[in-house]
Amino acid sequence: MTCSRRAFLKDTVGGTLASVLPLSAFTILSQDEAKAAIAESKVRWAFLVDTTKCVGCGLCVKACKNENEIPYDAPVTRTWVERYVVTKDGTTHIDSPMGGRDGFITDTIRDVEIDSDEIDKAFFVPKLCNQCDNPACVQVCPVGATYQTDDGVVLVDRDWCIGCGYCIMACPYGVRFFHPDHKVADKCNFCYHRISNGMQPACVECCSFGARRIANLKDPDDPVTKTITTERVAVLKDEYGTKPHVFYLGLDANVR
Amino acid sequence: MTEDMVVHGVEWTVKELFVYPNEFIYWSIQIVMYPYMTGLVAGAFVLSSLYHVFGQKDLKEIAQFSLVFSLALLPVAAIPLLLHLQQPLRAMEPLLTPHFTSAIAAFGIVFTAYALIVLSEIWFVYRKYFVEQVHELKTKSGLSNTLTRTVYRVLTIGAYDVSDSAIKVDKKAATILAAVGIPVACFLHGYAGFIFGSVKANALWMSPLMPVIFIMSAVVSGIALCMLTYIVIMEWQAFRQKRGGGVAEAGEIKGAEKEIINKATRYLLGFLVAAISLELLDLIFRGYTAMKSWDILRSVMYGKDFVNIFVLQYTLGNLVPFVLLILPGRTLRRTVVALLLVLFGVFMMRWNVVIGGQAFSLSFSGYMHYEIPLIPHSVETFKEGVFGALTVMALPFVFFWIINKFVPSLRRDAEST
Amino acid sequence: MKWHVLRPLWVAIGLIGLILLSRQFIVPDDFGVHGKNFTYGYHRLSNIQEWKDFPVKYLGRESCIECHEENVQMLNASTHVNVECENCHGPSIGHPDDNEFLPLNTTRELCLRCHARLDYPNSDRGELLSIVDRRHKRRSKCTRCHNPHDPTEDMR
Repeated sequence: MTCSRRAFLKDTVGGTLASVLPLSAFTILSQDEAKAAIAESKVRWAFLVDTTKCVGCGLCVKACKNENEIPYDAPVTRTWVERYVVTKDGTTHIDSPMGGRDGFITDTIRDVEIDSDEIDKAFFVPKLCNQCDNPACVQVCPVGATYQTDDGVVLVDRDWCIGCGYCIMACPYGVRFFHPDHKVADKCNFCYHRISNGMQPACVECCSFGARRIANLKDPDDPVTKTITTERVAVLKDEYGTKPHVFYLGLDANVR
Repeated sequence: MTEDMVVHGVEWTVKELFVYPNEFIYWSIQIVMYPYMTGLVAGAFVLSSLYHVFGQKDLKEIAQFSLVFSLALLPVAAIPLLLHLQQPLRAMEPLLTPHFTSAIAAFGIVFTAYALIVLSEIWFVYRKYFVEQVHELKTKSGLSNTLTRTVYRVLTIGAYDVSDSAIKVDKKAATILAAVGIPVACFLHGYAGFIFGSVKANALWMSPLMPVIFIMSAVVSGIALCMLTYIVIMEWQAFRQKRGGGVAEAGEIKGAEKEIINKATRYLLGFLVAAISLELLDLIFRGYTAMKSWDILRSVMYGKDFVNIFVLQYTLGNLVPFVLLILPGRTLRRTVVALLLVLFGVFMMRWNVVIGGQAFSLSFSGYMHYEIPLIPHSVETFKEGVFGALTVMALPFVFFWIINKFVPSLRRDAEST
Repeated sequence: MKWHVLRPLWVAIGLIGLILLSRQFIVPDDFGVHGKNFTYGYHRLSNIQEWKDFPVKYLGRESCIECHEENVQMLNASTHVNVECENCHGPSIGHPDDNEFLPLNTTRELCLRCHARLDYPNSDRGELLSIVDRRHKRRSKCTRCHNPHDPTEDMR
C-alpha cells in the first residue's frame, strides 16, 4: 500500500513537473545570447511633442500610413492627432476623426459647430507609441512576439504574433491595433527602419512646424535631448508605471 | 474601405463621444465564452471531487457523471480562444515559446496539466470497465465490435490487471488525482480571472479580487450545469423506461435523484453566496475609493449597463434563483428553472466583465457599444457572433455524447471508486 | 507493487517529450532572451533586422534636389521652406524609375489642412495665414492663384 502511494505521488508530482519542463528548456537556449546582449547600447530613442506648435494639419498621420503600409482608409493608425476644445461652459470637446488623417479643416466637433468666442482654450495633441521603459504590452505577450530592443523601441514580430490581442488590451494609451492585412498586432515603432538608418521618422520629417522631434537620450549633445532634459516636459498617464518615452511640451490637464 | 479589408472590431463596435482611434471591442463574444466554459470545467471537476476526495457518498452518481462531463467541457474551453485568435494556425506557440510573464502563456501549461489529470483520473475510475469490455468483445464478431475492441485496448494502455489489489490501487490513485485536481482546476480558472484582473490599463478589470470572483462563480456555474444536465438525462431515461413499462424503476430513479440534487443544491448556494459577496465588495470598494476612473465606471454600471448588471445579472441571475432554491417545498421543475437562471447569471457576469470592460474608452471620455453580429456574413462575423457562441455552447454535449459511448458515466452499475 | 498505475505518467511524459522535440524543429534558433531581461527581451533576434530592412517610402528633400534643384531652391527661399516636397507630391519611393509621375495633390483640402481658419488660442494654428473656406473662392483650386513653391508670388 505504501508502495503504491509513493508511486502515486511520483505520478502526480512528476506529471506536474514534466508539464512545466519547457520552462527550463528556453533558459538553456538563450543564456549565451543574453550575455552577449548585455553590452550597453549607445542609443535610447525618445520623442518630443510640442503641442503648442501643432496646427492639426494631419500630414504626419498621412505620412505614417503611407510609410508604414497601414491601409489608408482603415480607421486604425499608428499615430494620430487629437483636438481639444475647452469651451466657456467648462465642457471639453475632443475629437480625432480618422485619427486626424485629413487634418482639421472645420470648427465642427461631432456635428456641433463651436464658435471661436465660445472657446477658452483649444489645441492639438499628437499621439504615438510611447516606447515605454516598462512596456505593459510586452509583459503580457504570451509568446514573445513583441519585445523591447536595446535602443528602447518596442517592436512586433509579424511572423510570431498569434493575434490574441492581449497587448492591445494592456496598453493604457490605445496605440496598438490589429493590422488589417497582416492580422497581427501593430503599432508605431518610431519608424525603426528610418531611425536605424540615419533618417528621421516619417511623421517628424513631414511635420512642417517642428511639433514632432526624435531624440537619442543617451547622446547629451542631441539638441532634442537637451530640450527634454532642461525644459519642463510631461508624459502621458505616468500613473501606470510604464515610464513612457514620448515627452510633451505644453500638455494640459484635459489631455487624456 | 475596400471590401476585403477587415479591421477587427469595426464590424460590431459603435463609438460614442471621444474614443481613441485604435480602440475597438477587440475581445468579443468568444472571450465571454472562454471564461464561461473554463468555469464550467472547473466547477464540474470540483463537484466530482467532492465525492472522490471528501467522500460525499450521496454525490456518487453525479460525481461520475460530472467527472466525464468536465472532460467533455475541457476541449471546449480552448475552442473560444482558437476562434478568437487572429492567427489560429500559430495556436501552439504558447507551448513552444511560453513567455511566462503573460497570464495567457500559463494557459498552455495549466490546461495541459489539467487535461492530463482529468484523463488519468477517468482512466483509473474506468480501467476495470475497459478491461472487461476487451474481454467481452473478444467473443463477439463483426467489424464494429472489432473496432470498438481496438479502442478499448488502446484505452487500457496495456494494463490488464484487474485483481482486487490492483483495483484498490486504482481507487487510491483516482482519489489522489481528484485531490490534486481541485487546486489545479481552481488555478486554471483563477488565472483566467488573473488575465483580466492584471490588466492595469483597464479600470474595470484591474482588481486582485478578480481571480477569486472568477473561481467562485465558476464553481457555481459548473455545479449548476452538472445538476441540470443530470436531471435532464435522468428524466429522459425515466421517461423512456416508463414507456417501456418499468414504472417502479422510474420511480426509484427519481427518488435517488432527489437526494443528489438536494445535496448539490446546498453546495451551489454556498458558492453562490460567496461569489455575490465578493462581487458586491468589489463594487462597493470602487465606489468608496472613487479613483479617477470611477466617473466613467459609474456612468457605465449605473447607466448604460444598468439592465445588464443589476437586472439581468444580480436580480435575475442571482437573487431570483437564490430565492427559488431556498424556499421550502422545492420541486424538480422549480430547481430546473433556478439552475437555468444561475447559468444565465454567471454568463451575464462574464459578459459584464469582458464586454463591460471595453464599454468605455481608455481616454475615459467616450463609450463603445458592442453590437453582436446576429446573421453571419463572413468568417469573422460567424466566429465573433451569436452563431459562434451557440456552436461553442453546443459542443460539450456533442463531446459528451461521443465520450459516453466509451465511458458510460450514466450507467448505474458502473464500476466506481 | 502495481506498476500499471504509472502508465498514464508515461503517456504524459511522452506527450511532453513530443512538444519539446517539436520545439527543436519549429522554434527559430535565434529565439531567446536578447534584451534587458526575460520580461521585455524574449524574442526572435532576427526580427530586429527585418524591421530595419523595412522599405523607406519618404526619401526627403535631399533626394528631390538631385533632379529638381530649381524647385527645391525656390521652395527653400519661400515661406513654405518647412513644407516637405512629399507632403504634396506623395512619397517618392520608386521615382522616377518605376514611378515616373508622382500623384501630385493639388486639392483645396490639402491646403486647408493648415490654412482653414481655426482660432485656437493655444496652438500656432491660429497664427497661420488662413481663410474661411466657404467665403474664399469656393469653387477654385488654390493653385490657380497661389504658387505652393512660393506662396507670396502673385500668379494672377
